[in-house]
Amino acid sequence: MTGRTTSTLGRPPAVLVVPAALASVFLVLPLVALVLATPWSTFLDNLTSPEVLDALRITALTSGLTVVTCLVLGTPLAWVLARVDFRGRGLLRALVTVPLVLPPVVAGVALVSALGRSGLVGEPLRDATGITLPFTMTAVVIAHTFVAMPFYVISVEGALRTAGEQYDEVASCLGATRWTTFRRVTLPLALPGVVAGSVLAWARSLGEFGATVTFAGNYPGATQTMPSRIYTVLVNDPEGARTLSMILLLSSVLVLAALRNRWLTTGASA
Amino acid sequence: MSAGGGLDARVEVPGRLAADLRADAGDVVAVVGPNGAGKTTLLRVLAGLLDPGPGGHVSLGGRSWTDPPVLPRDRRVGYVVQGQALFPHLSARENVAFGLRARGLGRAAARERADVELERLGVGAFGDRRPGQLSGGQAQRVAVARALATDPDLLLLDEPFAGLDVGVAASLRVELARHLASYDGVALLVTHDAVDALTLGTRVLVLEDGRVAQTGTPADVAAHPRTDHVARLVGLNVLRAPDDPGRLTAFRPSAVTLSVAEPTGSARLRWSGSVEQLTPYGDGVRVAVRTTHERPVLADVTAAAVAELALHPGLRVWASVKETAVTRYPATADG
Repeated sequence: MTGRTTSTLGRPPAVLVVPAALASVFLVLPLVALVLATPWSTFLDNLTSPEVLDALRITALTSGLTVVTCLVLGTPLAWVLARVDFRGRGLLRALVTVPLVLPPVVAGVALVSALGRSGLVGEPLRDATGITLPFTMTAVVIAHTFVAMPFYVISVEGALRTAGEQYDEVASCLGATRWTTFRRVTLPLALPGVVAGSVLAWARSLGEFGATVTFAGNYPGATQTMPSRIYTVLVNDPEGARTLSMILLLSSVLVLAALRNRWLTTGASA
Repeated sequence: MSAGGGLDARVEVPGRLAADLRADAGDVVAVVGPNGAGKTTLLRVLAGLLDPGPGGHVSLGGRSWTDPPVLPRDRRVGYVVQGQALFPHLSARENVAFGLRARGLGRAAARERADVELERLGVGAFGDRRPGQLSGGQAQRVAVARALATDPDLLLLDEPFAGLDVGVAASLRVELARHLASYDGVALLVTHDAVDALTLGTRVLVLEDGRVAQTGTPADVAAHPRTDHVARLVGLNVLRAPDDPGRLTAFRPSAVTLSVAEPTGSARLRWSGSVEQLTPYGDGVRVAVRTTHERPVLADVTAAAVAELALHPGLRVWASVKETAVTRYPATADG
């Protein structure tokens, strides 16, 4: 009987095992420290302070709206990228995925340039309607959608491409219009990708900080989300900061668990 | 049941297929040919999924589908693709009802009609099952039912027996023959199998390298194969006379006699060559003899003959066939 740690290829060399152990400790230690430092005895009290409840409410609301916006606008975009052949499709795909790698604070500056009071679209919008977007909860949703939608679009486009055009062709030969085909065939087959993309977008929205504070500010009760509040109170109220951090950590773990569940793995392999 | 009419098509997909096809209502055109010959391309053009090319056109019953172009959904085509492509998220009944619903039939009426079609194909008991819960044969029957449910004027079947167990394929073949016989539109059946082509088809279209290699009735194609592929398909030796390349000579492998010494006697065609390959065939052995011809001469002999002549690869032998067992015909239909 051979043990589990030694394979037929010989013992794993120390030159690989030692850095691997270091990396593991490096990644796990801060999480353990956060769990240990969380003031569990006053956890509920911290959670129910008005400012924390506001931050929780705003985060829940804005991340939910972000997912809805991704579903309504991102799904058609993913379909167009996956199914419609047009000049510049590759360029468009590259452009809409830029926010994926853009530093969030730069995303915030870009949004101010576009939708700020004197921005490219913001100024005419204000002149015409009197509406200003920055420093509103709408601005939070816009900032979140800007950074989260690329995750959603990439995920759904991948699912649409994996499902292939064969079913679309069959539906078309059976007399279905493209809209009927989309509703009854394409979208149901891409559903695992839609769910995975929504979870990814929601997770990205939950932790969004840089673009939000830059474009929407950090006003308690209006635009202050959980990450913004954590940043604000870390020095004066470390207990509150750790409580909020713990909630975000738990949410992230839930996302990870959701991503590993059957639905999403079948989506990846289908 | 269908408005029907003859099919008239010219396909010129550059680099893939150049073919003319004409068929009458009620015809079953068996399309045979090696992989990559353009069989599926032909079906996709007829379904409207591919452009027929610069000089191409498709019309059915005198109505053009290409000038102006008619979308696949507006052609009345039943297309059973290879691998069926049943919608995996819908039950068998919903799959069959899909085309009816898409063409405006109400939900209840579509389901009722779907059940009738499933029953006709012998899978009425599986209406509630998802494709993943069906066997290969059941899935193929559902796919055929889905195509027939919309009363197509043109029925396209791409390798309907591929990937099925022998017994399953045999029973589906019998039923499909029944449905094709009562079908009054034009049907195209792509197949690898000579038996399918010759028994199910009223006409045979042989595609090779993106061109029509031969076309005709099953009896004509079986008796006078014009290419090696068709010859192999129908199990005949076909040789081109060296002195007259315009004429072909065909004979059955079972009519060929092998001997070590040069055969005597008149009225025999004979070739000297070496044994290339021995393979079991039926209850005997098929021997390939390499001669000066481009293709080996095939001979079917008994196992006893193999032992008696001590046949093995490399052995010099004579292959001969009686003049009376040979048919000769021109290499081209109009020759």
